[in-house]
Formats: sequence, C-alpha cells, structure tokens
Amino acid sequence: MAKARQSLPRTAAAHAILIAYTVIALFPVFVVLINSLKSRRAIFAHPLALPGPGTFDLIGFQTVLNQGDFLLYFWNSLVVTVVSLAFVLLFGAMAAFALSEYRFRGNMLMGLYLALGIMIPIRLGTVAILQMMVAAHLVNTLLALILVYTAQGLPLAVFILSEFMKTVSADLKNAGRIDGLSEYRIFFRLVLPLVRPAMATVAVFSMIPIWNDLWFPLILAPAEATKTITLGAQVFLGQFVTNWNAVLASLSLAILPVLVLYVLFSRQLIRGITAGAVK
Amino acid sequence: MADRKAVRWHIGIFLAPALIVYTAVMIVPLFATLDLSLYTTVDQVRHFAGLANFRRLFGDPIWSEQFWNALGNNTWFFVIHMLVQNPIGVGLAALLSSPRLRFAAVYRTAIFVPTVLSFVIVGFVWKLILSPLWGIAPGLLDMVGLKSLFAPWLGKPGTALTTLALISVWQFVGIPMMLIYAALLSIPDEVLEAAEMDGVTGAAQFWKIKLPLILPSIGIISILTFVGNFNAFDLIYVAQGALAGPDHSTDILGTFLYRTFFGFQLQLGDPNMGAAIATAMFAIILAGVCLYLFGIQTRLRRYQF
Repeated sequence: MAKARQSLPRTAAAHAILIAYTVIALFPVFVVLINSLKSRRAIFAHPLALPGPGTFDLIGFQTVLNQGDFLLYFWNSLVVTVVSLAFVLLFGAMAAFALSEYRFRGNMLMGLYLALGIMIPIRLGTVAILQMMVAAHLVNTLLALILVYTAQGLPLAVFILSEFMKTVSADLKNAGRIDGLSEYRIFFRLVLPLVRPAMATVAVFSMIPIWNDLWFPLILAPAEATKTITLGAQVFLGQFVTNWNAVLASLSLAILPVLVLYVLFSRQLIRGITAGAVK
Repeated sequence: MADRKAVRWHIGIFLAPALIVYTAVMIVPLFATLDLSLYTTVDQVRHFAGLANFRRLFGDPIWSEQFWNALGNNTWFFVIHMLVQNPIGVGLAALLSSPRLRFAAVYRTAIFVPTVLSFVIVGFVWKLILSPLWGIAPGLLDMVGLKSLFAPWLGKPGTALTTLALISVWQFVGIPMMLIYAALLSIPDEVLEAAEMDGVTGAAQFWKIKLPLILPSIGIISILTFVGNFNAFDLIYVAQGALAGPDHSTDILGTFLYRTFFGFQLQLGDPNMGAAIATAMFAIILAGVCLYLFGIQTRLRRYQF
C-alpha cells in the first residue's frame, strides 16, 4: 500500500504546529506545579524558573494540609464517583441488554425516551430536584449526589452499551438458553464479560463530569461534611486568594490525582472516543 | 425469540432500575421545573400565576435587561467556540491523522489534558496567569516585545467575556479534535488512494475529499458545543463569582439562573423565577437540538463504506 510520500518540510511544519499547541495546552498546568514548590519570594521574582536549592519551599502544602479538610473532601468525591459509576454501569448495562436483546412493544419508544437525556441537560431540572431532595431529607447527603449523577450518566451509557451489545453473537446466547441458563445468567455470565471494553469506555466518559462537577455539590450538598474535592477546592481558594503558596499548592493537589488517573487510562479513553462515539 | 411465555418478566426487571432512577431524578424534576414556572410564592403559599413569571421576565425592565444581557453574552460565548474551538480542533485532527506521523499518541494525550481538569482548576490557573499581580502574562508578552498589549483582560468589561470564552476553548479543544480525528481515521484508504491516483493530495485532498466526509461529525460537534455552552456555569462562577462581574459583563444563562434561584448578597432566591429561567433555557436548547435534528442532520449526506 504505497502512499504518497510526505515531504520533509510539510512533516516539519506539522510537528512545529503540534508542538506549539502542546506547549499551550500544558504550560498553565506546568507553571502551577513548579511554583507550588517555591517560596513566596521566588514565585513572584522568577515565576518561570524551576524550583532550585535556594527557592524550594513546601510551605504552601503545609498550609493546605493543616487548614483544609482535603482528605475528607477527597474521600467524598471518591465515594460519590465510584458508587454513581457502579450504578450507571450496572443499570445502564441491564437496560441496554433489554433494549438490544428483546423485541417487545414500545422498544423503540423506550430507547428514544432514554436517549432524551443525552441532549437535555439534567441541570435544567435543578429547582425541582432541590425541592424533591428537601422533601426526602436528602439535602447534604452524598446519596443525593449519587442519585443525580446516576440519572445523568444513564442515557449515554444505555446508548453506547446497546450499540455494543448488538454485536454479541446470538448463537452464543442461544447456546446458553439451550443449556438451560436463565436470562439473568445469560446477561451476567455471557454478555457482561464480553462487553467489558465498552463498559470501561463508558466508565471513563461518565467519570470526568461527575468528578469535576461544581453545580450539584454547591446546591445539593454544600455542608462541610459532604463537600466534594471540587467544591472544597473552590471554597478554599476563595478564602486564601492572597496566600499564593497555599493557592498554588491546593491547585497542585487537585490536579495531580486527575492527571495520574488520566495518564493511566488515556489509552482506554481515546480508544473509546475513536471507536464508539462517532457513528 | 418466539413468545414462548405470555409475560416476560425479565425484560421489566432489566429495564426497571434505569427507568426508575432516570424518570424520578431527571424527567419528573425537569417537567416539575417547567410546571413551577407557572406559579408564584407569596408568604410561603403557592399560587397559580399562569404566564405572569414570563411576563415579568420579558416585560419588567429589571428582569428583561438581565435576561437579554445573559442571552447575548451566552450567544457570543457560543460564537467564539464555533469560530475558534472547532476550527482549531479540526486543524489539529487533520495534522494528527497525517500518515506515519511520529509521536501522534503523545500529542493527542497532551492536548487532551486540559479537558480532564475541573473548571475550578482551570478557572483559577488562568486567573493567576492573567493576573497583573503575578506578571506571567505580561512577562511572556515582554519576551516577544508586545508588553504594551497587556491589560487585565479578566477585569475589564469589554474583554472579560471573550477571555473566558477563550479559556473555555483552551479547555475543550480536545473534544472536537478527538471526534474529528476518529472520523478522519475511519475514511477508508481506498478512497484516499483513488484521490491520489487522480492527483488530489495534500491540502486539496483535505478540502475536497476529507472535509465533505467528516461533515456529519462537525454537525455533532456543533450541537454538543451548543448544548454545553447554553448550560455552562462553572467556569464563569469560579472565575468571576455569582455576580459574573465586572458589571454583569460575563453573565450567561447558567449564572443568571443560579443567582435568581439562590439569591445573592441581599436579594432573596426565587425558585419560581428560577424555574421560569430554566424553562427559557429548556426552550432555547430544545429549539437548537430540533433545528439540528430536522434542519441540518437530515441534509448532511452520510457515506457508507
């Protein structure tokens, strides 16, 4: 398969543009990370210099870890994200299986009904969601957030997973039925393991907006005990605007876990986008 | 599957959890919010008010001025995304998909990094970098001899909104890039080889062959951008606060809804007016989605390979 040769200047130009944009994308993150490790004077005198022997200082991190309840916020975010994701994946896969496997009256309509949520943002229902949570005494609980994020994640999960489940071989499932497996066993034992890559994609997709959301924690769970890391960081940053060491350190603490997770799972995420999202 | 049994309970059981959560937490509140916009609350008693809230929103100068300001700002926010984010995304994707490009995976991963960061981080990081106090932005401009161009962009009513829109573009350019990249990769080699045989290469190949083939993806990206922009809130709230300063110049529908619903400083929150604004947003988003589904998507030609 011979392709027309890329000319050297053209390739060099492509690399130059991509490198330039990579710098634009990473520069702000880089500046924050290096300056969080420097003393106050060095932050202002040489903002672009790497921390050296004379300027290295962890005072910002000490302030943050002493003042803010970052561990608790982090834990809250983790609980909310993991539990919501588990519900999104389990309920989403079950519904996707029902829609893609069985023919029944209203199948199409049900699929459209569930897909509605992909385009209409759940935020528009906030006024009534808050009233409902107040009535159910769920304000300032993590459960309120988990319920909202589960509902928010389901439409896309059902949509993507049902596309994938259509590709699972019918012979396999029928062989299972002949062997006397119940429909539930066919789903849990045969189908679920086969769509695991798609589940990973949906997980990564749904995780980012849940972890980063500020709107619902602000409205449904602003109490100290239920703050998520995003809301906690926002409040903390608001209080410490003038303490640059603390601000930079808390930003670094908020960036690092996401960055590590992203680097670990970027392959999965990118494969998901390049395979499933575009039809 | 033949209908062996009269009632297939398992279908219901598979569907039930998703349907219940989705209906109870998303669909019902959505319609309840639309319904709430038809009531007013006086002394904690709710009265049916018909369209009075909307008459207030569009007729009362105090409200309508804020609403049209927010809608205008939101439209500008969207226009910047369409004019800057999506062309840059398409351009980067075109470069990334050039055959035998080295380090493509590294570029892809790096350019997507801002997208996974939260608005809180992005808002604050840029606030610090653009701050005249710290001097990173003026320092960088000085290096290329353009220091005179620097201004506290986020603090001036004339430039704050555009600056925030560009920050948002910086954060989300990875999404159009990835989707277009995927679309470009799915173009079969035969098509491109046929083009090469006919002497269509390089830029001409992109404009004449690839671009028409990825138009449906550009359509999807446009509608995703539209929905995302018209329900944006976080970045403005983090960078400029609920008042969307300076002087409401960065107020968009999301921050207007938050302020109205929750109140700020001395003004009390008003759930019914909040619901009216949410209803207006719902109408705008629905109109955009319908326009896309029935006006644009059906006209885009899809090619099956």
